[in-house]
This record gives sequence, structure tokens and C-alpha cells, in this order.
Amino acid sequence: MSEEQIKSLEKQFDERIARDEKIEPKDWMPEKYRQTHIRQMSQHAHSEIVGMLPEGNWITRAPSLRRKVALLAKVQDEAGHGLYLYSATETLGISRDELYEQLHTGKAKYSSIFNYPTLTWADMGAIGWLVDGAAIINQVPLCNTSYGPYARAMIRVCKEESFHQRQGYEIMIKLANGTPEQKEMAQDALNRWWWPSLMMLGPTDDKSVHTAQSMKWKLKRKTNDELRQQFIDQTVPQADLIGLTIPDPDLKWNEERQSYDFGEIDWDEFWQVVKGHGPMNKERMKARVGAWERGEWVRDAAMAHAEKKRQRKEKQAV
Amino acid sequence: MKNENLYNYILGIADNSLILGQRMGELCGHGPSLETDIACTNISLDLFGQVRSYFQYAGKIAGDGRTEDDIAMLRKEREYKNVLLVEQPNTNFAYTIGRQFLFDVYHLAFLAELQKSSDLTLSAIANKCIKEVSYHERFSSDWVKRLGDGTEESNQKMQDAINDLWTYTDELFHLTEADKATVAEGIGVDVTKLKDNYYKSVSNLLTEARLQTPESKWFQKGGKQGVHTEHLGYLLSDLQYMQRTYPNMEW
Amino acid sequence: MSTKNWPLWEIFVRSKNGLEHRHFGSLHAADAEMALENARDVYTRRNEGVSIWVVESKHITASNPENNGELFEPAQDKVYRHPTFYDLPDEVKHM
Repeated sequence: MSEEQIKSLEKQFDERIARDEKIEPKDWMPEKYRQTHIRQMSQHAHSEIVGMLPEGNWITRAPSLRRKVALLAKVQDEAGHGLYLYSATETLGISRDELYEQLHTGKAKYSSIFNYPTLTWADMGAIGWLVDGAAIINQVPLCNTSYGPYARAMIRVCKEESFHQRQGYEIMIKLANGTPEQKEMAQDALNRWWWPSLMMLGPTDDKSVHTAQSMKWKLKRKTNDELRQQFIDQTVPQADLIGLTIPDPDLKWNEERQSYDFGEIDWDEFWQVVKGHGPMNKERMKARVGAWERGEWVRDAAMAHAEKKRQRKEKQAV
Repeated sequence: MKNENLYNYILGIADNSLILGQRMGELCGHGPSLETDIACTNISLDLFGQVRSYFQYAGKIAGDGRTEDDIAMLRKEREYKNVLLVEQPNTNFAYTIGRQFLFDVYHLAFLAELQKSSDLTLSAIANKCIKEVSYHERFSSDWVKRLGDGTEESNQKMQDAINDLWTYTDELFHLTEADKATVAEGIGVDVTKLKDNYYKSVSNLLTEARLQTPESKWFQKGGKQGVHTEHLGYLLSDLQYMQRTYPNMEW
Repeated sequence: MSTKNWPLWEIFVRSKNGLEHRHFGSLHAADAEMALENARDVYTRRNEGVSIWVVESKHITASNPENNGELFEPAQDKVYRHPTFYDLPDEVKHM
């Protein structure tokens, strides 16, 4: 194809997206669109899978049977969501095994928030409330993104996730209304998860490399800073309601902006974790790689068995 | 307690699901593939659902306000009545599947009988559980076949797991005092009658999976009387951690 | 043995009798039986289905969007296939 032809195709492509038409797997698409989507969608899938670990850490220790089944179901949903997202990514011509390979070798990223440890039961509440809360703000606009398989996967994800944040906030309510010890546990969890949750919405707009392109392709509808502000504005009243204090002395209502002003985020910490030096980066990867390697003989056995069954069937047919 | 036999009988049933559910739950996030991970969690969720039905009923029978969580998490190690089989660890996926399979075949036959119980609550619970357990049995049997009749390595691993777990199977068919009392009342299931069919079904499936049925006649027992393997203590310290560390609180 | 990856399957679910099977998504499985079991656990956890079809993805033949012009556009102007093409007086009922 000549450069001119490609230019014209790209122009038509951009117009289609601007008209809110969806792009489907076999449609022509610019290579950069394909690569950007593989990167973002797989990063999203990896985040679901790695995100199972900090919460999975508390399944065996959940304080009641009711909490245990809710947590199990939630972590299982994360596996499901990872699966939907890997499948959607595979429509772009890359296999799940290649995507795992990228995760396991550190080539692919996942959400940094999962590199923090879950130290108490209240962390299950804080993660559901804050981390899922921030994730929803990111995810809801994606139900309308330009790439059909991604949009469809996100519709399913958002529908299923509606219970996750409620599950977390309910845990926090119980703790906040509980004994002084429980309330302290809840406040401590909020203290530790608040700032990482704000960082989770991405670097500030002036530092964000992908925003303009992502906006055009509807991978993003709002900038990181807008999303962060939305998250803070909706979360602060929720903390007030249950008598917990957001750990930010600079937080105050700005009447003029009709929004909260908030303190400086420690971006050095953010970049440290992104670059692999957070408290749990190594542990998380070890867990993922370990599960994959321990599972290899199982996956091989299933394939060998399927092949034997097929051959036996063929023999019978002769 | 007025109806201590029935109470103990229910705990004997439910503790199996509780401890096996806990073991399956440990795997969540660490399964051999994403699809298998999700399937194993489903089994764990089914089992905990069963536990809640049984313990809620047991709580009612006790009649002193004890909750499902009190029963599940606040007993001492010697008071858990599960069979030794279900507390065995996830040494590798073959052990997970082997343990599940050896229990499922029993569990399915047991529930089919419990459906006929003269205790209407128990028969209703059995009615609901049997659909779940039919699926568990199908899932674990299929995997025994895959691993047994897969690669040389998987065949060896599956055989090792079956050999090791075999010693815990006989206990499934022992009668406790509570069993005897409830059987006499038409409530409980006489598990001794399930034994022959159990070994026949298991052996058939193992043959189909190209595995040897162990010939050893040396069996372990004690779980039903609260004399467990060393594994259970560690499992309970996780299960009970929150209730023990923060007593008398709501979650 | 070198790793041979589980192939990809497309999953179709009938959400209740009377409705058609609809494409729900895909997953990996070693064989058809496992694909059915996995589909049950992955796609019907919330009571979404009463029947499942699984098809290995490689068996699906798809039309090429590059041919959409010749495949689908010729149908656009065949307006006589639609009831609104025909002029009838307003008084005619039940037609």
C-alpha cells in the first residue's frame, strides 16, 4: 500500500470513530491503534489477575462465612474479568500466552496499586471502596470505547463489578460503627490506601504521554486530573458519612470550583512503584510466575489427553 | 442441649464441606489456568454455601443463640468432626483433584440418601446440594481422567496422589455415635451401606483414567472423633484468626 | 513435553428458552468437554444461561470487511423488500 493510500485509510478510520462507529477485529486499523489497544487492554487484564493476589491473601482468614463467600466471589470475578479482557485482546492477533509472557518478563505493566500489601481485614474494605471506586471511574467510559470487543468486555465487567464497591464500603461501615479497635483498623486502612488510590488514576495531565491520542480513540473520555478530581469529590462525603478522616491536611472544599482542593501527591513514590520497587512488586510476580509454572504439567496433560481422545475417536470411526 | 445427636450429626456433615471449601479457597488466584481457577473457586463457593445452610440449622437446634460463625470458627481443634481426607493439603494439582474426586463420589452418594431423611430441613438442604455436588463429581472425575490419561508425568503425579490419599477413604464409611442415633430415627444416613458402591465407582473411574486402584488395606481414621492430622491446626489458625484475635465483634 | 497451548473457543449462550444462542465471548480449553465446563463456570456464574454451545474459534469462517461493499451494499437500495415501499390508502386496515 502506498503512503498516500494509508493516509486516506487512516483519515476514513478516524472519521468512523468520530461518528461513533465501532471498530471490529477484522476491520482495517492503523498499526498504532492495534498496538495501543494491545498495550492498554492487556495492561487492564493483567491488573485484574495480579489484583486477585492482595485480596486472595485474606480469603482463608475472612472473619465470617458471609464475608468469606463475598470475597471469594469478588476475587473470582476478577479472574473472570481478566479472562474477558485477555479474550478481547486476543482478537487483535496476540495469544494469551504471549500476553502472559510479557507480564512475567516485566515487559507489560499492571496497575501499581496491587504492589501494596494487605495487612489487615480492613484492607479488604478499603480496596473495595477506594480501589474499585477509582477503577469504576476509569472503566465506565470504556463501555463506549471505539474498539468493539473491548467495549463489549467492559460492559460485562462494569455490570458484574457493581457489587464490588458496595461490598468494600459495607465492610468499612461495619468497622467504622464497630469497636474502637475496629474503627482504628478502618482508619489505618484508609490512611494507607488513600494516596495510592489517587495515584492509580495516573500521572498528572502534563506528565501523561498517551492522553491526546487516547481521547481521539475513545480509550479515554476525561483526563487523569479530571478523573482524580471526580474520585475525590465523590469519596470525601462517603468517608464523612462513616466518620473516617481522609489523611490529607490540605483537603478542603472550594466553594468557587464546587470541588475539593487537595494536597500534593508523592509522585516519587508513584514512579518508584511503577518502576518495580514497590513493597510487593517482586512477590506479586513470583506468585503469578509460580502459578503458571506449577500449572504447566497440568495444561500439558489436558492437551495430551484431548489428543488421545481424538485419536481414539478416529480409530473407532474407521 | 435437647437434641445433641442431631446437632453433632449436622456438624459431622458440614465440617467436611467447611474444611474442603477452605482448602479449595486457598487455590483462588493460584490455579493452573485462569479457567480452572474460576472453576475451583466455584466449588469452594458451593461448599461454603452448604456449610452456611447446615450451621444455621445447627444453630437453631442448639437454641442458645450461637451463630453459623460461632460454630464454624470458635471450636477447638478436637471439636472439628471432618474426615481426614478433606484436610489434606494442596500438595500439587493432582492432590487437589484426587482429594476432591475421592470425596465427591462419596458426597454424591451420601446426599442421594440424605434426601430421603425424615428431617425435612436436612432433606431440603440435600436436595439443593446434590445438584452442586453432581457437578463437582463430574468436574473432578474429568480431571482425574485428564491427568491419569495425559502425559507420563501427569499419570505419575495423579497415581502418587491417589496412593497417598487412599489411606483416608475408609473413614468415610465409619459410623459415629451421632450417626447411629440419627440412623435409628430415620434422620441419618447409614454410610456403611455406601461403601461397596463407592469402591466400585472409584475403581472403575481409575481404570478408565489408566490408574491403578491401590491395594493397601491400611487405613487412617480419627477425624470424625476429632483426632486429626497435623495439617488441620494450621488450616484452623487461618480460618479462626479474626474471630480469635478480635472476639465478640461484628464484621 | 513442550508447552502446547489450549486452543481458543467461542461461547454461545441461550439465556432462556425462546431466545437464540448469543455470542458471549471466548475462552481457552483443551477439548470440547472442558470448553463446556469452563463456559458454565465463566459465563453463567450469575444464572445467565440455560444452554451453551461451544465452537473452536478456528472452525469459524468469517466474511472479510474489505468485501463489505459487494456483500452488503447491494441490499441497501432494494426497498421493495420492505412493507413501506407499497402505497395503500389509509382506510385499509389489518395489512
